[in-house]
Amino acid sequence: MKPVERGRRNRHAGSFRIELLPYSLWSLLFIVVPLFFVAYYAFTNNSFGFTTENITKFFTATSQVDGAEVHTYLLIFARSLKLAVISTVICFILGYPIAYIMATAGEKAQKIMLVLIMIPMWMNFLIRTYAWMTILQDTGILNSLLGFIGLGPLHIIGTETAVIIGMVYDYLPYMVLPVYSIMAKMDYKLIEAARDLGCNNFAVLKRVIFPLSLPGVLSGITMVLIPSISTFYISQKLGSGKFFLIGDAIEGQFVANNLHFAAAIAFILMIVLLICMAIMKHFTNKAVYGGGRK
Amino acid sequence: MKKLIIAVAAVLAVFCLSGCGGSRETRVLNVYNWGEYISDGSEDSFDTIAEFEKWYEQEYGEDIQVNYDTFASNEDMYAKLSTGAVSYDVIIPSDYMIARMAKEDLLLPLDFDNIPNYKNIDENFHGLYYDPEDKYSVPYAYGIVGIIYNANEVDSADATGWDLMWNEKYAGRILQFNNSRDAFGTAAYKLNKSVNSADHADWDAEYDELMTQRPLLYGMVMDEIFNLMESGEAAIGAYYAGDYFTMLDAEAEDVDLRFYYPDPTNYYIDAMCIPKCCADKELAEIFINYMLDHDAAIANAEYTWYASPNKIVYTDPEYVETMGEDAMSVLYPPMDDFAALYNEYAYRNLDQDTLDYINTLWENVKIN
Amino acid sequence: MKTASRIFTVIFFIFLFAPIAILLIFSFNTTKSLSVFSGFSFKWYSELFNDAQTLISVKNTLILATLAMLISTVMGTAASVGIVKLRRSWYRRYMDTVTDIPMTNPDIITGISLMLMFVFAGRIFGRNTSLDFGTLLIAHITFCLPYVILQVLPKLQQMDAALPEAAQDLGCTPLRAFFKVTLPEISPGIITGAIMAFTMSLDDFVISYFTSGNGFQTLPVRIYNMTKKTVTPKMYALATITFFVILALLIFTNLSDNNKDGGKRR
Repeated sequence: MKPVERGRRNRHAGSFRIELLPYSLWSLLFIVVPLFFVAYYAFTNNSFGFTTENITKFFTATSQVDGAEVHTYLLIFARSLKLAVISTVICFILGYPIAYIMATAGEKAQKIMLVLIMIPMWMNFLIRTYAWMTILQDTGILNSLLGFIGLGPLHIIGTETAVIIGMVYDYLPYMVLPVYSIMAKMDYKLIEAARDLGCNNFAVLKRVIFPLSLPGVLSGITMVLIPSISTFYISQKLGSGKFFLIGDAIEGQFVANNLHFAAAIAFILMIVLLICMAIMKHFTNKAVYGGGRK
Repeated sequence: MKKLIIAVAAVLAVFCLSGCGGSRETRVLNVYNWGEYISDGSEDSFDTIAEFEKWYEQEYGEDIQVNYDTFASNEDMYAKLSTGAVSYDVIIPSDYMIARMAKEDLLLPLDFDNIPNYKNIDENFHGLYYDPEDKYSVPYAYGIVGIIYNANEVDSADATGWDLMWNEKYAGRILQFNNSRDAFGTAAYKLNKSVNSADHADWDAEYDELMTQRPLLYGMVMDEIFNLMESGEAAIGAYYAGDYFTMLDAEAEDVDLRFYYPDPTNYYIDAMCIPKCCADKELAEIFINYMLDHDAAIANAEYTWYASPNKIVYTDPEYVETMGEDAMSVLYPPMDDFAALYNEYAYRNLDQDTLDYINTLWENVKIN
Repeated sequence: MKTASRIFTVIFFIFLFAPIAILLIFSFNTTKSLSVFSGFSFKWYSELFNDAQTLISVKNTLILATLAMLISTVMGTAASVGIVKLRRSWYRRYMDTVTDIPMTNPDIITGISLMLMFVFAGRIFGRNTSLDFGTLLIAHITFCLPYVILQVLPKLQQMDAALPEAAQDLGCTPLRAFFKVTLPEISPGIITGAIMAFTMSLDDFVISYFTSGNGFQTLPVRIYNMTKKTVTPKMYALATITFFVILALLIFTNLSDNNKDGGKRR
C-alpha cells in the first residue's frame, strides 16, 4: 500500500495542503479520538474513577470447563482466534485461485465475476446467515440433498463447522477482492518470461505470482481475520447459541450494562490486533521490498 | 484557492446534513418498542402507526410524524436509554425493567386524564409489584411461559413440568433460552426456587442444573425457535404461549406441536411507559390512550398472539372467534388468582451485584 | 488445468449463491416459516409493500448508503490527492496509520468507540439525545473512507506525476489541472471506491447497531431487533427484489458497455 517515492519533483513540497484538511480533521475526530474513549472507559469504573480492575478481570477471571479451572476470557479469546484463523485459511484457499482465475479471464468475464462476488454483499448479512441455518439444519436442504443420493445425514448446525462455514461465506469476498485487484494489475509478461526461462507452473506461482500478489493477500487476510474474530451474530445463529466468542462477550457485557468492562475487552482485543498487524506488515514489507528494491 | 472552496463545501455539507436531521414543524412522537410487536398492516391487518397518524390529523387538525424504532431486549433498550444515547416519548418494556427504571427515576408519572381508556384495563392488572400505585405504566400485553413439544417424537406421558427439558431420553432435541434471565428462570422453576433470589447459593444451584442440561441441548436460541420447532428440527422448547399458535400455523406435515404450562412458571407483562427524556408528554399519553382503543388494541392482540389485559379485546366476539376456542383457553386461563401468582413468579428487578453474578455464571454456562 | 479451474469456479459460485437460492425459494412460501415450504404464493411481496415501517427502514438504509458514499468519495479522493504528494514524514505516516485503523479494528470496536464518544459529547453539550441520523452518518463515512482511499491512492501513484504539472506549466490552475488531467486518469479507482463504500454501508450491521439512534433505524438493525417474533419471508422477498434489481442493472450496464469500444486496459 505504501508507495515507493521516486525523488519526484514536487511543486508544493512542504507547503500546507488544503485538500488534506477535511480528512485530517475527520480522521482525528472520528478515528483517533474515539480510540481514546475506549481506553478511557476501559480504565475507569462506573463513577469514572481510575481503575485497572476491568483489565485485570480479563486476565484473571476463572471458571470451570470440563472439571478443569480455566481463565474465562483468555479461553474465549483463544477460541475466537482459532475459529478466525481457520476461516481465514479456508478463505485464502478458496479465494486465491478464484482471484487468479478472474484476473486471467477475459475482460467481460472479469466484470461479470466481480459483480457476482459483490451481489451477495448487497443482500443483508443477517438474512444471508439466516438462510444458512435453513441449509445446514439436520432437516435442512443440505441433508435432504445428501439423503437423496443416499448419504448423510450430517450434523452440522451448532458445531464449529457451521460457524466456520458462516464466517467463510460472509467474509470470502473480502479475501477475493483485494487479491484480485493486485493480480489484475500484474504484468503478465513476467509470467511468460518465467515460463520461457523454463519455470513450471508451480515455480511460476511460487516465484513470480505469489510474491507479487503478497500485498493483496495481506490485506485480504486482515479483512477476513478481523471481522471473523469479532463476530457475534454468526456464532449466535449458526452455532445455535452454543459458541461464545469474544464478540459475544463484548456485546453481552454491553447489554448487561457493564459498559466499562465491555470497553476493557474491546481495548485488549484492539491492542492485540494492532500488534499482530504491525508484525505482519513488517514481515511482508521485508518480503515484498526486501530483495527487490535497489 | 478553489481547492479550499471544495474542501469547505465538503465539510459544510457534512455538518449541514448531520445538523438538520428532521424539521420540527410538525408534532413528533418517538416510540420505542420490541421488534415485530405491533400490528403493522400485514395480511390486511390494521397498520397501527399509520392509522394513529391519520386519526390524529383528523382529530386535532395538526400534522404529526411518528418515528417508530425497535429494540431487541429490555437490557438493550435500557443500555441505550439510560446513557442518554437515545430519547423516546413512549417505550414498551417488560415488568422488571419498569420496576428498575421507576426506581432509578427514569420514568414520568402518567396523567390519566389524558388516558381515559385506562378504564378498559382489567382490575387484575392494577397494583402489581412493578407499579404498585399504577403511576407509571399501562399494560400492553401479558403472557405465561409454557413448553412446546413435538408429539410425534415426545411421549406425551413425559410431558409434565419442567423435567421434560431435562429428560435424557430427548438428548440433543431440547432448546433453551439464549438469555441469562429466562434460562436461569427455567432452572429456578424446576427447583421450585425464587427467580428473584438475592442468595448466591440459589443461583449456584440453578447454574448446576443448567450445566446438567447443557449436554442435552440442541442449542440456546431466541426467535430461531419458531423455525426449529416448525420443521421438527428440535422437539422441546420453552417459549411464550402466544408464539405456540404462530408456530402451529406453519408446522411441517410430520410435526405435531403441543403445548402445556408447567407449574410454577413465568408470568410477564409488557407495559407502555413514558421515560424521563420524553419531549411531548401529552402526545405520548394520547398515543397510549389510542393503543387501548378498540381497533388498535384488538389488532395488536391478534398480530402478536399475546393475551391482552384490555377488557374490550377479550370480550369482543369477533376477536374471540378469530382466535378460536383453543387459543382463547390457552392464552386466557382462569384469572382468579392472577395477581397473586404474578407477584410470586414474575421476574423482579435484581440488584447490580446479583445481576453481575448471574452474568458471570451465564458466561460460564456458555463457554462450556 | 482449464477444466479444473472451470469446475472450481462453478463450485465456488454455487457456494456463494446457495443461500441466495434459499432466499428466493422461501420468499414465495405461503406460511411464515423459513424452513418448511408449504406452497407457492406472492403473498410476502404484497405484504412487503404494505409494510410502511419496513419500507421506511429500506429508505433509510438507501439514503444513508448514498450520502455516506458521496461524502466519503469526495473527501477520500481529495485526501488521496493530498496524501500522494506528501513526502515521507510524520504526517504521511499519520495518514497511512489512520487510514489503516478502521480496517484493522473490528467493527464492534469501531462501533463502541464512536458510541462512547457520541454519548460523552452529547452529555457535555447537554443534549437530550446523543445518537441520531447525524451520528450514524458520521460513523458510516468514517468506515467507508479507507475503502475509497485504498482504491484511489494506487491510481494516483501509477499516474505520471508530470502530467498535471505539465498542465499547470501550460497555464492551468491546479484545480483545472486536477479536473482536466488527474480526474480522468484516476476515475476507475474513484468509481470502484464509491461502489465499495456504498456496498459496505449497505451491508453494515454492527456499527449501525451501536451508533444509530432516534428516528432513523436501518434495515439490518430492524432485522436484528426481531427477537421476540421471528424474521418473516417478507425480508426474503426484499432480498429477492434486491437481487433482481442488481441483475437488471448488471445486464443494462453490460449492454451499454458493448456499444463503447471495450479494450482500454492492457
